[in-house]
Order: sequence, then C-alpha cells, then structure tokens
Amino acid sequence: MNSAVSSVAQSTSSRAAVLPVALLSAFIGAFVVFGVGFAHSNVLHNAAHDSRHALGFPCH
Amino acid sequence: MITRLFGVALGAGCVAGLALALLQVLFTTPLILEAETYELASFNQPTLQHAGGITDDGRLWFVHDGEKHADQGELGLIDRVIGAWAPEDGAERTFYTSLSSVLTGFGFGLMLLAAMLLGARRIDATSGLQWGLGAFAAVTLAPSLGLPPELPGSAAADLVSRQAWWIGTAAATGLGLWLVIARAEPFLKAAGLLIIVAPHLVGAPHPHEYASSVPAEIQGHFVAASLVSAAVFWAVLGSVSGWLWQRGEAKQ
Repeated sequence: MNSAVSSVAQSTSSRAAVLPVALLSAFIGAFVVFGVGFAHSNVLHNAAHDSRHALGFPCH
Repeated sequence: MITRLFGVALGAGCVAGLALALLQVLFTTPLILEAETYELASFNQPTLQHAGGITDDGRLWFVHDGEKHADQGELGLIDRVIGAWAPEDGAERTFYTSLSSVLTGFGFGLMLLAAMLLGARRIDATSGLQWGLGAFAAVTLAPSLGLPPELPGSAAADLVSRQAWWIGTAAATGLGLWLVIARAEPFLKAAGLLIIVAPHLVGAPHPHEYASSVPAEIQGHFVAASLVSAAVFWAVLGSVSGWLWQRGEAKQ
C-alpha cells in the first residue's frame, strides 16, 4: 500500500517534471543539429559537409 | 532525469551516428567525391559562367575553392579564429564526417526522446522504432520531395530560403503526423493532413535552370543512397533510444 502510494506520487511528480526537461533537451538537441546541419560558418560547413549532403540538409 | 535523458541520447546517437558514418563511407561519400571531380573540372573551364551566371536566385557553390562562401554572410567567431579550414581528403575527412554524424544522432536523439516523453504512452525499442520512422518521414522524406538530396555542383536557390522551407516542412510534417496518428477527433486528423500537405502547396524554392555537370545517373544513385542511409539512421536511433530508455526504467 505504502509503496503503491509512493509510486503514484513519484509518477505524478515525474510527469510534472517532464515538460521542462523535454523542452530543454529538445532545445539543446535543435542547437546541436543546427550547428551540424545548418550553420553557415565555413569551418562547421566544411567539417560536416559530407554528412549534410548525405542527410539531405540544404547545403551550399 | 535530464542526466539519464542525455546519456540515452548520447548512447543512441553514437550507435546511429556510427551506422550512418559506415553507410556514408560505403555509399554516399564515393558519389560525393566523384561529383566533385566533375565540379572541379567544370570550374576549371573558363568559358563556363559560375556563381553569378545562373539567374537571380539560382546559384552554384563550389565545395573546395577558397572563395566559395564569400558573399554568403559574415564570418563567425570560429572562422576568424581557425580561418579557411577544411579537412584533408581521406582519414581526416572521414573522421569529421563520422563526428558530425554522431553529433547529428545526439541532437536528433535528444529531440526524439523529448517528443516521446511528451507524447508516447510507453518508451521501449518497439515504440522507439515507430517514432524513429515517423521522424524519418518528417525530417527526411517530406523535405526531400521539394528539395531532393543534392550532390555538390547542383544549381540551387538561395540557401537561407531553402533552409527555411526545409525546417518548416519537417516541423509541419512532424506536427501533422502526430495529429493524424495520436488524436482521435476527425477534424484534428483532417487538420493534420492539411498541415502535412501545405508546405508542398507553397512549394520549395528552386533555381530557374539546371546547371550541374554531374551525370544524372550519379545524382539518381545518390538520392537513393541518401534516403536509404537516413532510413537506417532513424530506425537505429529510434529503437536504440527506446531500448536504452527502457533499460534505465527497469533498473529504477
């Protein structure tokens, strides 16, 4: 009984905690993908060039 | 929780990125290198007009000549520090291609896990595979209908407008797929379909003429290789993300 209550409490609190965590990690993920796939920086472009073409990111 | 999420994304990103790097070495990079020989050959012919020679919004960019991005925007901090650097062909280029593949896997893995945390009923290898294939449809298939994967040397419209259309199409398709699949209300399903179709009604930015000197056979082969590589990448990324996430859940 006690453990059922605590697991319910845990899942509620983790559900409340999900939104900011998900938004933050989606934002950081988008930042990383932007750096690899979209940034106009010459150096980043040249390093990721073949991957950009292979994944169909607009390049050049 | 955020540590766990980053750990799962990093693990899945490494596996999917290394798989993608292997597929690139086998299938796409040889075609890119072959295309670059045509591109450089045509660049060395003084009779052909390049860069400004296409039309108002069509431009050619050349991969390995020093001036290629001269009018493509300001140089950032990294460029000022490092200068006009490009990896040497061979091991160095393969290393940076692999590194960028793993980083892409990590970044997309974070976004995919975030979406699954918010929208999936449960996260395991099976649902991860389904979400990964959905992301493949949104991020690879839908944009490739308007902007097919291109080899170096192709004529293309302004880079920023193509990137904007690409991002808009991927986001709209992802949202539309979620509405169609996850929502029960008929009008939301219909709205989802409309959102998926809308970017293609708007149309992708295209150049007014074609200018690539790379044979069409190579281009066609490249498009197929690129789509297959991306499909494998997303399938591995989704299922490994789900699998690693569920393993962490079982331990807790």
